[in-house]
Amino acid sequence: MIPVDTTKDADKKDAAKKDDSKKGPAKPEEKPKPPFPGWELDAPKQIADCKHGAGLLGCWFDPSGKWLYTSGQDNVISRWDFVANKRVDLAGHGSWVKSLGFCPGKNLVISGGYEGLLIVWPMEGVQPEPLRQVTAHTGWIRAVAVEPTSGLVVSAGNDGQIALWQLPSLAPVRRWSGHDCHIYQAAFRDNGKEIITADLKANVRVWDTATGKLLREGKPVASLHKFDAGFGADIGGVRGWGANANGDRVACAGITNVSNAFAGVGNPLIQVIDPKTLKVVQEHKSKEAYQGTMWGVAFHPAGFVLGVAGGSGGMLWIWKADQAEPLRTLKQPDNIRGMALSADGSKIAVAQANGSARVLNLKA
Amino acid sequence: MKRSPNCGTVDHGLSRRSFMGGLAAGTALGVPSLYPKLGSSTGAMVNRLAQSQKRVLMVYLSGGVSQLETWDPKPGAKTGGPFRAIPTSVPGVHLSELLPHTASQMHRLALVRGINTAEDDHGKGSQIMHTGRKEEPGIQYPHLGSICSKLLGPDAGPLPGYLHVTPGGGGGSSPQDAAFLGPKFGPVGISDGKAPLNIDRPGGLTPENELARQELRKMADERFLAKRRTARTEAYTQTFDQAKGLMSKKGLFDIVGEPSRLLDSYGRHDFGRHCLLSRRLLEGGATFVKVTHTNYDTHHENFDFHLEQLGEFDRSFATLIDDLHQRGILSSTLVMVISEFGRTPNINHLYGRDHWSKAWSVALGGCGIVGGGVVGKTNGQGTAVVDREVHGGHLFHTYLQALGLDSKKNHYVDQRPIPMADPKAEAIREILA
Repeated sequence: MIPVDTTKDADKKDAAKKDDSKKGPAKPEEKPKPPFPGWELDAPKQIADCKHGAGLLGCWFDPSGKWLYTSGQDNVISRWDFVANKRVDLAGHGSWVKSLGFCPGKNLVISGGYEGLLIVWPMEGVQPEPLRQVTAHTGWIRAVAVEPTSGLVVSAGNDGQIALWQLPSLAPVRRWSGHDCHIYQAAFRDNGKEIITADLKANVRVWDTATGKLLREGKPVASLHKFDAGFGADIGGVRGWGANANGDRVACAGITNVSNAFAGVGNPLIQVIDPKTLKVVQEHKSKEAYQGTMWGVAFHPAGFVLGVAGGSGGMLWIWKADQAEPLRTLKQPDNIRGMALSADGSKIAVAQANGSARVLNLKA
Repeated sequence: MKRSPNCGTVDHGLSRRSFMGGLAAGTALGVPSLYPKLGSSTGAMVNRLAQSQKRVLMVYLSGGVSQLETWDPKPGAKTGGPFRAIPTSVPGVHLSELLPHTASQMHRLALVRGINTAEDDHGKGSQIMHTGRKEEPGIQYPHLGSICSKLLGPDAGPLPGYLHVTPGGGGGSSPQDAAFLGPKFGPVGISDGKAPLNIDRPGGLTPENELARQELRKMADERFLAKRRTARTEAYTQTFDQAKGLMSKKGLFDIVGEPSRLLDSYGRHDFGRHCLLSRRLLEGGATFVKVTHTNYDTHHENFDFHLEQLGEFDRSFATLIDDLHQRGILSSTLVMVISEFGRTPNINHLYGRDHWSKAWSVALGGCGIVGGGVVGKTNGQGTAVVDREVHGGHLFHTYLQALGLDSKKNHYVDQRPIPMADPKAEAIREILA
């Protein structure tokens, strides 16, 4: 519900009662019109609880919305038929996995692990086994994305390298040094003509896919990064992101106002940028004095924005696209580390630190 | 009232520190740097002397480094985190993949993997690791640096016996570290690895005038001390001598003359610079050098922060070990890498690890230590020690005995015997050479 000032409402009701006593029988109260008709934003119903077990790192819907994938601190990726609550484990990584991509045309799933392995899996099958794997990076792979038409895969990670691969063989296409610190995000844009990347220090860069040439760069979301001199370390970066359907907005999520890096004391923040100008065009904040990191963000097809955070409890916020203050604040059972929105917008999944992924129905 | 030079009062310490904080004008004799160039005959002679002197390098990973991300990895365990274990130069011994350079020096290091200090508070944990004792009412035990300064240091060395290279952000030691040993043996902070302020003789002061000033001061001091000898007055005069010694060794702080390749190897960041300075101080005659790397108190994003911090530590530390070895002084230098405690095997909801003192590790090496040795074992999840449990007292005996000191001897304060190390503990003999 939209937070309201109940004291003022009580006064208004008293006044209305006095008026009603003069006018006769009271009319039934009209319900306020929902801001997004057809969508349940007040109390989305939980339709599945996928208990992975180990603390979750992330979750992803496949493009059809049939499967939900989860990854956990046990190095395992699980594919869930969440309607039937049936699980199949995809074993192959020797470390944590926080990036997953899909190529629906080829029915493939691509995962990037912290051991530097890129693995291609079949999307279907009773027990998917790795089809192909390469050591793609030195150190953690933090980002994987697929350009569905060309079958190109982009991967990036702690070595600061951006690498392109061709599906289904995972043949190397191109590789270049992209950032001088850990790359946290990478995605295709503009129908695959460009690749956009972001890093620990909140640098955002746009590259020409065909040549690897740097097209644009900036630091529009600098408030998502801080070097904490007391601790002698960088904190923040673009920890989650998502693009809208047109691709003309990219939402960068993370933590800001950090006062104690090693305790995670700061506020979650989403900054939406125009990828052509690399300027911030909108911010989305938490309303309450919440401390933690915004780990995920998504643009909903109906026009609202969803963001999730972990820190002082799990939170799911919903904003109108042009407003900084949230429209809804939905407290979740446990701290959240990632989210997924199904392609049709009907379902959201949240990956919780307690090892469970909740699937919520957003359809009214 | 009886006057004791070893009163250990706050005033005592403060007076010394305030004098050492800025080297007062006019204590130098204008002596140029005596730092030996390696390969010269003077350098060779100093090196031979250096090899016979025992000293200590303490690398303090402030905040509590994770044993799981360093010395006792548990890949694949529920608590293991994302990092893998890698082989080292010692067959069968593995370290976290965050320490590839240190792994190549493992044959010069030993691991103590069964520490249970049972103290999760930063200050109290630090106390245990520096003194080998838990806090006790009515007595303050001296830090290892102060003990080494007193027992191993030359009688009239040019450098203070206990030097602490601190990061720019802080992490200094207290002059009270020396406790009843007296402020003479307390630490002198080298903030951010830079030469102390006012280390140069003022330009308008000639060496001759300076010498005359010092003679006058000494005369006044001696006259005063003859009637009113106190800890404070002794500290006062000794501070001038230390300042003079430091001024004569000013060249030690100038690392830019080191070969570019060595500077690269140490790392061109603060900790790399501090490690290189530590080597120069040890080689230049310092008895005890503590270098602090901050910060490892990773309640939040433990893995990202350990990546960042250990990325600095690993190469700098491994280079330092190799450099000490190449210069022939590793065998006479006890190396210790410690924290106030380890971190929880459990990974919290912030991807963090909290304080954990029940099962953690330290690394030792160099003087008196068996290279490649591993003692102690934790269980599969790293939550408890299952073999050869030790605490701070055992470690303290080990440090002292590795240096050839009898850890069962006593300090004497006004004829009252105080055991140097916890009498209920013993040295960890398995790693003593």
